[in-house]
Amino acid sequence: MTTAAKKNTGAFRLNMVSRKTESVFHLILGLFALACIIPFIFVIIISFSSENSIRQIGYSFVPSSWSLDAYRQVFNLGDALWRSYFNSFFITIAGTVLSVTMCVLYAYPLFRKDYKLRGFFSFLSFFTMIFGGGLIPTYIVCKNLLGMSNNYAALIVPMLVSPFNIIIMRTFFQTSVPFDLIEAATIDGSGEYTTLVRVILPIVKPGIATVALLTALGYWNEWFLCLLYVTKRDLYPLQYLLMEMQRNAEFLARNSSMIGASGAQAVASLPSQTMRMAVVVFIVLPIACAYPFFQRYVVAGLTIGSVKG
Amino acid sequence: MSMARTGTRPEHIRPRGGASAMRKKTFWLTTMMLPATIWLLLIRYLPMFGIVMSFLDYKLPTRKVPFPLNLLKSPWVGLKNFQFLFTGESLTMIRNTIGYNALWIVLGLLISVAFAIMMSELSRKFLAKTYQTMMFFPYFLSWVVVSYFLFAFLDPTNGMLVRSQRAAGAAAVDWYNTPAYWPYILTICSLWKNTGYSTVLYLSAITGIDRSQYEAAAVDGATKWQQTVHVTLPHLKPMIVILLIMNVGKIFNADFGLFWSVPMNSAPLYPVTQVVDTYVYRAYTSTGNVGMSTAAGFLQNLVGFICIMIANGIVRKLDADSSLF
Repeated sequence: MTTAAKKNTGAFRLNMVSRKTESVFHLILGLFALACIIPFIFVIIISFSSENSIRQIGYSFVPSSWSLDAYRQVFNLGDALWRSYFNSFFITIAGTVLSVTMCVLYAYPLFRKDYKLRGFFSFLSFFTMIFGGGLIPTYIVCKNLLGMSNNYAALIVPMLVSPFNIIIMRTFFQTSVPFDLIEAATIDGSGEYTTLVRVILPIVKPGIATVALLTALGYWNEWFLCLLYVTKRDLYPLQYLLMEMQRNAEFLARNSSMIGASGAQAVASLPSQTMRMAVVVFIVLPIACAYPFFQRYVVAGLTIGSVKG
Repeated sequence: MSMARTGTRPEHIRPRGGASAMRKKTFWLTTMMLPATIWLLLIRYLPMFGIVMSFLDYKLPTRKVPFPLNLLKSPWVGLKNFQFLFTGESLTMIRNTIGYNALWIVLGLLISVAFAIMMSELSRKFLAKTYQTMMFFPYFLSWVVVSYFLFAFLDPTNGMLVRSQRAAGAAAVDWYNTPAYWPYILTICSLWKNTGYSTVLYLSAITGIDRSQYEAAAVDGATKWQQTVHVTLPHLKPMIVILLIMNVGKIFNADFGLFWSVPMNSAPLYPVTQVVDTYVYRAYTSTGNVGMSTAAGFLQNLVGFICIMIANGIVRKLDADSSLF
């Protein structure tokens, strides 16, 4: 049937839905698919619209005039923006490296059938998926006991270990590493760490890529940790900067009449609407560019994780 | 696992070099587990003891009485912290949490299974692939970004919907102050962001089905619809069941970002946007009431735990192979 489908020229449709049905499918799926990316395109258009156009016709897919002002403003933000961009990249990279290392080191013994404590450690990580202490106790432990407040650790450490990723990684080990290989390496006198790094890791590279991508996405999109633990502007990641801009804008817009002259001044110096949209573009762009390439890995990982999880 | 536990191990996993080599191996493998184990103990297990705070009148730590010691100074108040449960506000948030989750589990399941089946029937594989890539995209965005996307349409001064309402001569809706619309808006946002993900999951399960089963069914005269019902759906069943258990287990957990940043934390919308997670956070940040917000979080986890156990138990009764544990 598959070959027939490939050779399908329209006249010959073996065991396939009718042409009419297929067009309906195309219509439904196509519309939804478009709806999934149109908001992003809309935001890009807004970021290139001129303030004038927005005053006249509001946000529109066809602005009356275009302008690069938003991007000029973004670059004029200077330190605040670049600092946040740096923070986002730093948190993402450091977090991913640490997290993936810990994940591989935890998942590998779990996959070893000859490891005695495997049942215990499986339970240790799995149980945290179904029960926990809740937000406030976790917050108090992290902040008061472990000193995570206004530092990079607060933005990295609370997300380091994910039982979900451990399961994905363990499954990759199970499906791609033959046990004889470990046996052979052990007979050759290779230590456990040497075996893992020299023999096993090269085989599970796709698994590592998958887990690394999922983790990196998690860190890139993170803002809740910043909301909880960080008040220092220097440490804001991009996502949080964006959220804060919105909050400030609204606060000032609501209260400008009360604050008087200084308020009016503050409103005038506000990040403009288009500029905030430009920051959104800055956040989404790295994902949108890399996405078509990493999608394959993420699909593989999520499929494994959700089925075995 | 069962093999390793029984006395008669197959040749290839019997330890070589006797007990000392075995001990050495266990030792080195255990050192690998250490970093993540320490993390789990500190950040996941230690807070579980913090649940005790939901029965205390929590006193903030001071310089003289630092963190763990202040717990001893906090008097025991029994179930007083759980009294919030009997206020109207908490009923609303419980209704919202469970209501939205239940609705989205059902809608999400129906839509994504339908989409996956449609996708698998498309003859132009390139287009199917393109749809998939486009649909999966929102999954990778944060709710903060999504809130800006929505804002572009609903912004009270410049939003596209607001402007077109005015252009049509109608009164513009003040979206961020009108609760009536938000159940729909939140539903659309949630489906918009997550449908692509689950569609991809189901699609990959469908692709794994042996094509010869469809051919056999077609030879026997089954229509495409009958093939879907009798071949595709039974193959998808284990995955549907597993995702259902996971989702039912999380029925008391809401997506904080969706309910907090998408409605822009707008107070007039609380009656329809307040869920357990936002309630805990707001209760803590506005009143600083540690005891009560811990109690709310504890209930959330307890109910989640019970739900997942029940769901898994039912599934194990019906079909042991599909159960989670």
